[in-house]
Amino acid sequence: MGLLIGVGVLVLIALYFIGIYNSLVRARNEARNGWSQIDVQLKRRHDLIPNLVETVKGYAAHEKETLEAVIQARSAAVGAKTPGEAGKAEGMLGMALGNLFALSERYPDLKANENFLSLQEELSATENRIGFARQAYNDAATIYNNKREVFPANLISGGFEKAELFEIEIAAEREVPKVEF
Amino acid sequence: MWEQIRSNRRRSGFVVVAMGVLLVAVGMAITAMFAQDPGVMLLGGVAALVLWIVLWLVTVHGGDDIMLHMAGAKEIEHKHHPVLFNVVEEMTIAAALPQRPRVFVVDDPSPNAFAVGRDPKKAAVAVTTGLLRTLDRDELQGVVAHEIGHIKNRDVALLTTAGVMVGAIVMLAEIGLRTFWYSGGGRRSRSSNEGGGAQAAIMVVAILLLLLSPLLAQLMYFALSRRREHLADASGAMFSRYPEGLASALEKLGGRRAAPLADTSKVTAPMYIVAPLRKASGGGGSLFSTHPPLEERVRILRSMGGSADVGAYDAAYRKVKGRRIVGTHTLEASQPIPSRQADDDADRGGLFGEGGMLGAVEGARPRSRIRPAPSPGPEVSPAGPGAPPMAPPPLPPSSRRARIASDAFLQASGYVMRRCVDCGAVVKIPPSLQERVTACPRCKGDLEGQGE
Repeated sequence: MGLLIGVGVLVLIALYFIGIYNSLVRARNEARNGWSQIDVQLKRRHDLIPNLVETVKGYAAHEKETLEAVIQARSAAVGAKTPGEAGKAEGMLGMALGNLFALSERYPDLKANENFLSLQEELSATENRIGFARQAYNDAATIYNNKREVFPANLISGGFEKAELFEIEIAAEREVPKVEF
Repeated sequence: MWEQIRSNRRRSGFVVVAMGVLLVAVGMAITAMFAQDPGVMLLGGVAALVLWIVLWLVTVHGGDDIMLHMAGAKEIEHKHHPVLFNVVEEMTIAAALPQRPRVFVVDDPSPNAFAVGRDPKKAAVAVTTGLLRTLDRDELQGVVAHEIGHIKNRDVALLTTAGVMVGAIVMLAEIGLRTFWYSGGGRRSRSSNEGGGAQAAIMVVAILLLLLSPLLAQLMYFALSRRREHLADASGAMFSRYPEGLASALEKLGGRRAAPLADTSKVTAPMYIVAPLRKASGGGGSLFSTHPPLEERVRILRSMGGSADVGAYDAAYRKVKGRRIVGTHTLEASQPIPSRQADDDADRGGLFGEGGMLGAVEGARPRSRIRPAPSPGPEVSPAGPGAPPMAPPPLPPSSRRARIASDAFLQASGYVMRRCVDCGAVVKIPPSLQERVTACPRCKGDLEGQGE
């Protein structure tokens, strides 16, 4: 009888830890998914840029330098391999875009162009999305980190790596919406 | 943060269970008028539950479409209203919903919005044309964040379940009372012939129950609805990281809500961001309203003190109402999250603000995520000469660190930091604009030459 109770208790404990383990896995996957959502949004931004450059070219073809800078920054961002590299490249891209939009101020026709306006809204929306994707990642990562650090989950969460939070923002990336004012 | 939501869901679950008990009791009370046998009475209770399940199935089956149809909502695509679409997309990302809800527009001058969808995968958000006309982008974002909060918290499922229960209780109670009035006399004389004092007592209890239960059920339902409304506000503030957007939207909605929305019924009322049926004034804190008073919601959102997480909302709620709204035991575990107002706008967003370098575009374009603070509110601490660098009081250390780091990044990319002599705001100027920025964009004051 005593043995049975002992086994029962052990089974319950095992079930409890299985539950914790599964919730850790779920939280980790959510954090990972959050991370990949950031990439999705960055890619979206890259895809919008060629269109924008084409549109601007139609009105301000002689502003070669600025346009070139945007194209170069974009290909650098697309080709970036490591997160550090990507961060830097995205920052450069943001700066270049900022210059491009600042330049558009001098071309009333361009500023009135519907295509340009919609691209501008799309880009600033993408900018926001990048921000919100980071925010969602941070939320998911915080939940995950909390889960793996609290007792008794910390007894079995050795194989679960701590998720890094996005504390450093790539500052220049935020320049696109700013230029809208 | 979802720990709080979960503990709240549990509490809401209790309310639903309590309503279910009430429903069963009503079923038993009706049966008690015909036969006071416990077994038969139990059967009556089960019958009441079955009625509820049938009603629930009818509502749930295509309930979303019925509601959208009733409201006259039309689904739109990106090209019809890109700003609305983008805002919904952004909030979907922020809430980490599996899928973007469908977007609907209701052609109605009264500004309002609602969400439907028991399943976050099949949800929809609808806003009125009046809302789109009234609000700017940040406010729209606040409203959409609130609606997405309803979806994320699964309020639609909860409130439909509870609402159908109220409906079943009201319906049964009415049937029971009518039966009693029309046939009660004969039955009573017969039961007195049999001389059962206990039976008479059961009858009295049954009648009382039938009289009181609709009221009780409705009170419970309204309390539940108001609580979920607060929770959606909290989620909305968290998703947008900008409580002020929702607060100022609610203010505008309250001011303009002279004409109630056409074609809304009591059933659908709780789904809206502001109560569509009630007048703006008139007993805001009533026990019989589906929504908390607007002024109270605005006040709570505004007392979040530069934070945007659910914990800050809870603290603000406690300050305004004197009690808690979300589960408390998990709050300590979650990190404070600064709101955008404190984090971004206080110093960084000011550059292109009113009268800023590119102010000409403003107005013609929707406001973007990073905007100047609407007014030099409390987050602009006026710093005298020699005062420490401007820092909003509630800024947690983690976000201070983030700001220092981001400033370092900015300076590395050639930005120049200059503090305004008058209002203390730090203006961060990109290299391309250095010669053009000479005055503080917020207060037009002179800028110091030194860095931060």
